Amino acid sequence: MSAPAAKLPLWVEVGLIPLVNVAVAFLVAGLVVLFIGESPLQAVRILLWGALGFGEGIGFTLFYTTNFIFTGLAVAVAFHAGLFNIGGEGQAYLGGLGAALAALALDRVVPWYVTFPLAICGAALFGAAWAFIPAWLQARRGSHIVITTIMFNFIASSLMVWLLVDHLSPAGSMQPETRTFAAGGALPELGPLFGLFGADMGAAPANISLFLALFACLAVYLFIWRTRLGYEIRATGLNPTAAVYAGISTVKVTLVAMFLSGALAGMMALNPVLGEQQRLQIDFVQGAGFVGIAVALMGRAHPLGVVLAAFLFGMLYQGGAELAFDMPTISRDMIVVIQALVILFAGALEHMFRPGIARAFALMSSPQRRRLAAGEEAP
Amino acid sequence: MDFQAVVLILDSSIRLATPLLLACLAGLYSERSGIFDIGLEGKMLAGAFAAGAAAWWAGSPWVGLLAAIFASVALALVHGFASITQRGNQIVSGVAINFLAAGLTALLGQAWFAEGGRTPQLPGEARFASLAWPGAEALRQVPFLGPLYGELLSGHNPIVYLGFLMVPLTWWVLFKTRFGLRLRAVGENPAAVDTAGISVAFLRYRAVIVCGVLCGAAGAYLAIAQSAGFIVNMTAGKGFIALAALIFAKWRPWPAMGACFLFGFLDAIAIRLQGASVPMVGEVPVQFMQALPYVLTVVLLAGFIGRAVPPRAGGIPYVKER
Repeated sequence: MSAPAAKLPLWVEVGLIPLVNVAVAFLVAGLVVLFIGESPLQAVRILLWGALGFGEGIGFTLFYTTNFIFTGLAVAVAFHAGLFNIGGEGQAYLGGLGAALAALALDRVVPWYVTFPLAICGAALFGAAWAFIPAWLQARRGSHIVITTIMFNFIASSLMVWLLVDHLSPAGSMQPETRTFAAGGALPELGPLFGLFGADMGAAPANISLFLALFACLAVYLFIWRTRLGYEIRATGLNPTAAVYAGISTVKVTLVAMFLSGALAGMMALNPVLGEQQRLQIDFVQGAGFVGIAVALMGRAHPLGVVLAAFLFGMLYQGGAELAFDMPTISRDMIVVIQALVILFAGALEHMFRPGIARAFALMSSPQRRRLAAGEEAP
Repeated sequence: MDFQAVVLILDSSIRLATPLLLACLAGLYSERSGIFDIGLEGKMLAGAFAAGAAAWWAGSPWVGLLAAIFASVALALVHGFASITQRGNQIVSGVAINFLAAGLTALLGQAWFAEGGRTPQLPGEARFASLAWPGAEALRQVPFLGPLYGELLSGHNPIVYLGFLMVPLTWWVLFKTRFGLRLRAVGENPAAVDTAGISVAFLRYRAVIVCGVLCGAAGAYLAIAQSAGFIVNMTAGKGFIALAALIFAKWRPWPAMGACFLFGFLDAIAIRLQGASVPMVGEVPVQFMQALPYVLTVVLLAGFIGRAVPPRAGGIPYVKER
């Protein structure tokens, strides 16, 4: 990628340009709505109301947000090491296996607060292991991590279908899913918390894994910016050659970053498997791993940005469902379109508006400079 | 398994390999020019939708094919603009193309036809019919050669023949023409091509457009030759299998045909073996066969069987000077 030519103020670099990119993405999405023959403004109104207008809507928004924080963080951590982890989908799928195995083993024996930490470990370990193989192949055998993680998504999908159909579904059941967990494998929902504010969460499945996601954000922040290993990861991401000269092991950085990335993606499974369904189902990830790419790009790989972007996508997912109900011509696939446009404009085309904005700034500041220069020459 | 069954499996291998082959050759042009393309899947899907919609509207498969190529090239140009002109990340751009196609096809399908994202069922004349070769019926009774000629060679639709003709054509273009030489050079060392006074950007744009045309044809095959209309996400990962085949073939046309045929063959066997028991092994899970192309590609990428080295300048945007 070409280096930025002109120096711009920090708020432009991390605030204005990303905002412009995302705004253009949404503008183009608006054009798509217009093209279908619906009013974009009306669509936005329904979407916002569906996402935030009532307790149940907020509950669903927070549920989706939880998923996207995990997968967004997963992609973000890999980004910092200069790696592109497209395998979040598969890692989350495998994470579900880890979480479900822990819950299946313990749910009838112990209360949820004993199952939960072990399920976290299971989900994180399984997800991390699924990311670790491509990481090892990249670090030791030189195979391209983008291609291997894509392949691992498909392998994960086949593996999980096979496990669920042939091994994990209870005897006599035709459903490709595990048995429903008992109370010891179910996470408490946020309903009572909503009650404190006088809101009714209804049937929304938001649960305490939201707090785990927020905690993971803090942990990722501290790890990436406040530890030596995090420093090594960032250094490798910015300039691998310089990092090698500084004595940083690329192999170690690749393995550690992908292990963490996979663990974060895997923990996403806790939310739908233990929180929502209390069982492991086929395709429960439903694209959340891929949304993580958009979330990480939009949040500029910073935990705070990831939370904000995840919340926005949470709103889109919940509001989009409401929108599809009220405007049948705009199905939920609109969210995928928006997701694609965000990836395109905030990712692949991130430098498109930069020269223009830089020129605008040069123009704005030049009269002042000219006056200054004239004042110096005058006396 | 008797001879007839073998012929039938090979026949369906050819049918299943065709979209892979077209997409794989598409990727070959793009990646040989130094533009990585993981958006094959998306371009195919967009092509399939455009083909389904246009063939239904016009009642002609050729209009469908044209529309497919148009839609796929449009996406290819977006990818080209992002990765050549804007020097963006090619992987990110490819991911965006895939989602754009997945979202737009389903969205427009639902908005236009209101059948859950699918396009209306096509009548026979709006699809590509199979071409019977002369004498196929007459020779059917001839042992051995009859079924080979009648089933394997004859009786496919035009896109199948187009796909397999593209293999020698691609080989010729790549290795026997000036354009091909430059295309390969720009994927290995764009600075040298630039020094020779040839536009790197223009060359790469042409490669990306060829990629779009072939992906469009692959999509059209799925929607209006193999099936009678578009259904949501009908590519179902074929673009990624094509990508795997491209790596498997080490970015060369003839091996690309071999790899696509192998993956098509695995698919055909998987369909046939469903629930059947294999001697010595017992029942093979279908999922195992489905995952096999991906597993094989990972093993190859890891360098355990041979070494797959991509074009040297692949994925790196070309910056003329600082």
